[in-house]
Amino acid sequence: MSDTTEGRPDGAAPAIELKGISKAFGAVQANKDISIRVMPGTIHGIIGENGAGKSTLMSILYGFYKADAGEVFIAGRKTDIPDSQAAIAAGIGMVFQHFKLVENFTVLENIILGAEDGARLGPSLSKARKELTQLAAEYELNVDPDALIENIGVGMQQRVEILKALYRRADILILDEPTGVLTPAEADHLFRILEGLKREGKTIILITHKLREIMDITDTVSVMRRGEMTATVKTSETSPAELAELMVGRKVLLRVDKKPATPGANVLEVEDLRVVDDKGVERVKGVSLVVKAGEILGVAGVAGNGQSELLEVLGGVQTGTGTIRVNGQEIDLTGSQSDARTRRARGIAHVPEDRQRAGLIMDFKAWENVAFGYHDDPAYQSGLLMNNAAIREDTEGKIERFDVRPANANLPAKSFSGGNQQKLVLAREIERNPDLLLIGQPTRGVDIGAIEFIHQRIVELRDEGKAILLVSVELDEIMSLSDRIAVIFDGQIMGERLPSETDEKELGLLMAGITDTTHDHSVEEIEANLARAHGEVH
Amino acid sequence: MDRMPRWADIVLIPLINLLLAFLISGLVILAIGEDPIEALKLMVDGALGSTYGWGFTLYYATNFIFTGLAVAVAFHASLFNIGGEGQAALGGLGVALVCLMVPWPHWTIALIAATVGAGLFGALWAAIPAYLQAKRGSHIVITTIMFNFIAASLLNYVLVNMLRPAGSMDPATAKFPEATHLPTLTDFLEIFGIPFAARTPANITLIIALLACVAVYFLIWRTRLGYQIRALGKSEPAAIYAGISPVWIIMITMMISGALAGLMAINNVMGEAERLVLNSVEGAGFIGIAVALMGRSHPFGVLIAALLFGFLYQGGAELALWTSIPRDLVVVIQALVILFTGALDGMVRTPVERMFLALRRRKPQPTRGPAE
Repeated sequence: MSDTTEGRPDGAAPAIELKGISKAFGAVQANKDISIRVMPGTIHGIIGENGAGKSTLMSILYGFYKADAGEVFIAGRKTDIPDSQAAIAAGIGMVFQHFKLVENFTVLENIILGAEDGARLGPSLSKARKELTQLAAEYELNVDPDALIENIGVGMQQRVEILKALYRRADILILDEPTGVLTPAEADHLFRILEGLKREGKTIILITHKLREIMDITDTVSVMRRGEMTATVKTSETSPAELAELMVGRKVLLRVDKKPATPGANVLEVEDLRVVDDKGVERVKGVSLVVKAGEILGVAGVAGNGQSELLEVLGGVQTGTGTIRVNGQEIDLTGSQSDARTRRARGIAHVPEDRQRAGLIMDFKAWENVAFGYHDDPAYQSGLLMNNAAIREDTEGKIERFDVRPANANLPAKSFSGGNQQKLVLAREIERNPDLLLIGQPTRGVDIGAIEFIHQRIVELRDEGKAILLVSVELDEIMSLSDRIAVIFDGQIMGERLPSETDEKELGLLMAGITDTTHDHSVEEIEANLARAHGEVH
Repeated sequence: MDRMPRWADIVLIPLINLLLAFLISGLVILAIGEDPIEALKLMVDGALGSTYGWGFTLYYATNFIFTGLAVAVAFHASLFNIGGEGQAALGGLGVALVCLMVPWPHWTIALIAATVGAGLFGALWAAIPAYLQAKRGSHIVITTIMFNFIAASLLNYVLVNMLRPAGSMDPATAKFPEATHLPTLTDFLEIFGIPFAARTPANITLIIALLACVAVYFLIWRTRLGYQIRALGKSEPAAIYAGISPVWIIMITMMISGALAGLMAINNVMGEAERLVLNSVEGAGFIGIAVALMGRSHPFGVLIAALLFGFLYQGGAELALWTSIPRDLVVVIQALVILFTGALDGMVRTPVERMFLALRRRKPQPTRGPAE
């Protein structure tokens, strides 16, 4: 492992240097003696699993948290960062995973917010407009300064965040999981912008859990595990497999091992499904699809294009109209039999997209969560009372079979890591031996080690002849798990593809609603399409 | 395990809250020129110093157990039922109708019937706000408090125009027949040869209250219904995902809550007054909120908190009787206890939590989970 700090060619001071940063929350040591050097004009990746301490470290750098120990040097000078104002003054700009924009302000208003020159807005606005034009030309950061935030797409919103930082004269730009909400084409565009910024001498820190992004764009990369910085390496001298191993602490399989599918009879048939949300907006606009026994149908799409609603209607969480048949029998979509309990009785198991909000009760103990949704099971009753002993015993078996750690059925769900929480949900749903498994974002917020395990379990269930409907915003996951891929955009299925006969580029275009995938399309075209769909929702 | 031990959560923090409340009460007493130590002695002596004092303390505590349990059960479903006052008043109407309409042969049968009547009336009174919440999304806090006023007006009307015996000027029902009179605690304890002062209002409803604590414990933590109530209380999206109907759980929880509040009427209407008078609840419905908060919505905690408030009620009455401390100051003391144990809980909790964490960090980590 070569340490970048040793080979300093020009002797320049690092743009940013952390020395011995430690931070504890209660008994949890989020950051342990972290030291890192980032040279100016480079892109530095920070990679690590959820809870490895990446966000804590960046929050310390941006003045949200105060470190218990350690020092920060900016351009060679020791700098105190008590709050975000100080961070901005030191030339640090942050682009958060969840944008901090005022939805009903224009782009221009958002950019000057908090950086106005005086009581009158006029001069600030015209100054900002001039600067914006310049920045846009320089870095491909083209935005419409007068558009309302709520009317523009996520990709453009992200550019507004970057412009905000540049307007405040940031030399160091920190991006936290920037591609989570972007289509592949938009992500490529973002990377071009970052390259441009780098050429101009800006320093960029990219926080991500995607190995591929690290390999594609960074110069150096630091790996974090359990609050510690386990390694800092030159990207050109490492490989995804090595990084994964550094992140998890053991060898991991990055590809899903699976045999070709042997699809059987139709298990799920959806015809012309429509879902209207409580604001009266149609979120699913006539979706039809089929999932056969023994196959995984992956639904790809940018978040917010109706895939969540599709899953929820199938799981009995939401009502809809249209026809849904399971094993040839129609199921109730609006009446008294449209609840999740009846769906489970019909052999539909559901791993929801948001396990912390829906799939688990975070304050309930593991064993209480194992009964969740199946609390009517006669095996869990004894007379008038619930048979807690039986539920505990069942839970202990599931914990063992699904390797949930720590193996303690009495711990509340919130004290398990994301991956172990997901294993609990998966154990509960899969071991009910369902005919159809609905599974949303199976590995969101799940550590790499557990991803491997979860993917294997899903494939095993398929090989047992069950039908699986997979919804994920991670295109990699869709590509590697699915036997067939349906792409959803704006509540409609844009097309179905076989993973062997398509690629990310084609899927990316379909995800942006462009069905003509025979020639290249500009980012502007893709964004205009996405913004149109986005605007309808508002 | 970034939490403090359970005993600190359950015992230490309420105790510190209570001490703070008493400390400030003492300062107020000092400020009006009385001796706070003397006042405390008088309260303890008056409420706990004799079986006579205990008779009153336990009588008040019985009321607070019922209203406290009512609030606690609703809390588990994340519903804030502040309509205990009205539900208990309606419970009183149920008791009065049962006792007056049927010639009961023996108090035991009357007690069973009155329990059903009190519970049913309380439950039905809570069912209307519950329906409005479950179906229409009208906030339960707003509707239950409005229903307190409606209950007061309704009882006023019923007592004055319907149940008042002819010729009486008092807006109250006739005295209940002899056969419906409940044995006092004195009668009950005599069976076991325990001497207890006569002429106190404490009666065997206390036993029912204790049984209610046990029943609520089993309901919340051991039954399927309790499981569903707690699940809905923790997360509505999760409850829907699990196929639990929020409408059904809100209805049933509020009706259980209302029934518990209604049951209080067995104590004050059937056991003590032996007739239904205006404003029979006397604020016990609101004290129930403080009792549930202080008791952390656990039946055992509710029991302890109800005893504390029973003590404050009785001790406060003694204080007003024997010193120049005005009765209003007793209300101030009670309010301070409510303020510290309820509203200002976080003020004590956060520093205590920090202290425990600081202590723990110095020692090596024990490798077990939280003792929950």
